[in-house]
Amino acid sequence: MNRKQKLLLIRILVSAVFFVPLYLLSEGFVPVRPGPAVLLPLFLVPYLTAGYDILRKAFLGIRNRRVFDENFLMAVATLGAIVIGEYAEGVAVMILYQVGELFQSYAVGRSRRNIVALMDIRPDYANLETGGGLERTDPADVPAGSVIVIQPGEKVPLDGVILEGRSSLNTGALTGESAPRDVEPGAEVLSGCVNMDGVLKVRTTKEFDESTASKILDLVENAVSRKAKSETFIARFARYYTPFVCYSALALAVLPPLFLTPGAWKAWLLRACAFLVISCPCALVISVPLSFFAGIGGASHRGVLVKGANYLETLANVRVMAFDKTGTMTKGTFSVTGIHHASMDEGALLEYAAHAECASSHPISRSLRSAYGRTPDRNRVTEIREHSGEGVTANVDGVAVAVGNEKLMERLGVPFRSCHHAGSILHMGVNGAYGGHIVVSDELKDHAADAVRELRRAGVEKIVMLTGDTEAVAARVAEELGLTDYRAGLLPAEKVEYAETLLKACKPGQRFAFVGDGINDAPVLSRADVGIAMGALGSDAAIEAADVVLMDDDPLKIVTAIRIARKCLRIVRENIVFSLTVKAACLLLVAAGLGNMWLAIAADVGVMVLAVLNAMRCLTVEKL
Amino acid sequence: MKKTYVIDVDCANCANLMEEAAKKTEGVKDCSVSFMTLKMKVAFQDGADAGEVMKRVRDNCRKVEADCEIYL
Repeated sequence: MNRKQKLLLIRILVSAVFFVPLYLLSEGFVPVRPGPAVLLPLFLVPYLTAGYDILRKAFLGIRNRRVFDENFLMAVATLGAIVIGEYAEGVAVMILYQVGELFQSYAVGRSRRNIVALMDIRPDYANLETGGGLERTDPADVPAGSVIVIQPGEKVPLDGVILEGRSSLNTGALTGESAPRDVEPGAEVLSGCVNMDGVLKVRTTKEFDESTASKILDLVENAVSRKAKSETFIARFARYYTPFVCYSALALAVLPPLFLTPGAWKAWLLRACAFLVISCPCALVISVPLSFFAGIGGASHRGVLVKGANYLETLANVRVMAFDKTGTMTKGTFSVTGIHHASMDEGALLEYAAHAECASSHPISRSLRSAYGRTPDRNRVTEIREHSGEGVTANVDGVAVAVGNEKLMERLGVPFRSCHHAGSILHMGVNGAYGGHIVVSDELKDHAADAVRELRRAGVEKIVMLTGDTEAVAARVAEELGLTDYRAGLLPAEKVEYAETLLKACKPGQRFAFVGDGINDAPVLSRADVGIAMGALGSDAAIEAADVVLMDDDPLKIVTAIRIARKCLRIVRENIVFSLTVKAACLLLVAAGLGNMWLAIAADVGVMVLAVLNAMRCLTVEKL
Repeated sequence: MKKTYVIDVDCANCANLMEEAAKKTEGVKDCSVSFMTLKMKVAFQDGADAGEVMKRVRDNCRKVEADCEIYL
């Protein structure tokens, strides 16, 4: 509790201690029954102790020509009750209202801290290496290019590259993924990860403000300022609602005693006061932004960064989705997936291929080397010649080896057998004869097919794959994913055009999402209703371009993001419907004379407490 | 030009009122108040002096919510 809250608590306790004996006195539980001249000043002590700030704010509000806020409502209601002579009720309402205020401020403070704790990736210090040893400093003061030391158990304070040491990093706070990542010298480390076992010496590459942890925190904090439609709705609602209930209360106090039951001023005034108490819009106004904030906080804990409450709303209504192939559903790295028609031992063929390609750094050559499993011995290779657009010829152990496409084989006069598999086909010529071909292709991510199935289960009606790759490759990937709808051979501009047609095809209320790796898909990401970037850890471009950022590259997280959004939206709707219904019911009851001041305050404070507790459920996203 | 200020205010509705009051202040192009993070983001009009404008913003906010604070 902060200072303000403690003061309020003391005021509440003091006034309650005063109030109880006075209540017993006024209700005739003790033999003496003093008159109003004695009771009124006595009751004013707890009343003013509990409510002086409300009265002051109400007065200031009137002076600034701003009536109709909740302070005004409470001041009028309680003073009204006291004027009619219902001292006990007026004072009790003021005390209970303050109890509600205290709870609200405490609960909001608590949840604010809980949410911030979930995103506890802000590093507190960095161990800077200076001439004389280590110095513990504020990470904000460490310039890029400094050398820092990270002990086991410490957070990585700044992005950098490892100079010395090996360790495992827990990236959970950034990605929501619990599997540790092994790092060694030369590897990049990102701030916000936790160093688990070894001591690391790191050269920083970025300043604090540019580091991953700061950027993510900044993004999540800014997310709240992009308000969702339901938030602006509530704000606008509150603006008209409060004056409306004030005039209704006035009407309730004046009209019935004039026309309906002549002279019954006191009863109707009391009803009007209770009416005012119920009408406070706090429950709505607090619980809606709190739900969104908790939802965004919970999502970021799972490695899903949502850039605004409005995107949570959009995400929940996604019914049409398009995604990019390479890097989104496939790993984006090549590997050897088959060796066909080999005229010799497959291992030997691979050995020739890896050696012939040993000078190249192309991803396909690298996939050959990793399939070979050993480092090629460059001394065995001579006369390496690259044939642009065709392949490579070389002399390996005195044997003439040619690795390349059909054009190369045709030019060299090697009879080859074409392949019906999708992917890059490497034909091999060995000593002028055909040695077979090696198929190199991109692999699907582990959860890609599951993700498509789960998306369908989550109610996404149309799923399309857009790719710049060839028809054959696209068809194979689509089949493995269980998709029927795909567009192959698209240029970036054509992807945007196709996204436009998908957007137009959306029915009202349906939203279109595009999932990409964020680097070359920026135009489509921004064109879609909601752009989702995957595998964005360490990629600033992706974080810039997308509305929702998945920190790791597991496609199942797309489904997680949608489920989190839906849960959050459901809770928001529950809160709106619940508080409006209860309030409307209580307003009617009180107007009809079936409720009293006690019901009124219970409705006001109770609804608020329940709405806040319900909003906090948005934080639990573990099982989605 | 955009700047972010730390604020202190007790209730969510008051934060909404502050946002409205700030938006109507001369020199302010746009403003967004977050009750959850207790921050006010202000976009100033071109050529406006942020310090001067923020004093007016604070005065206007105090008119709608007497107990609010903007840390300039």
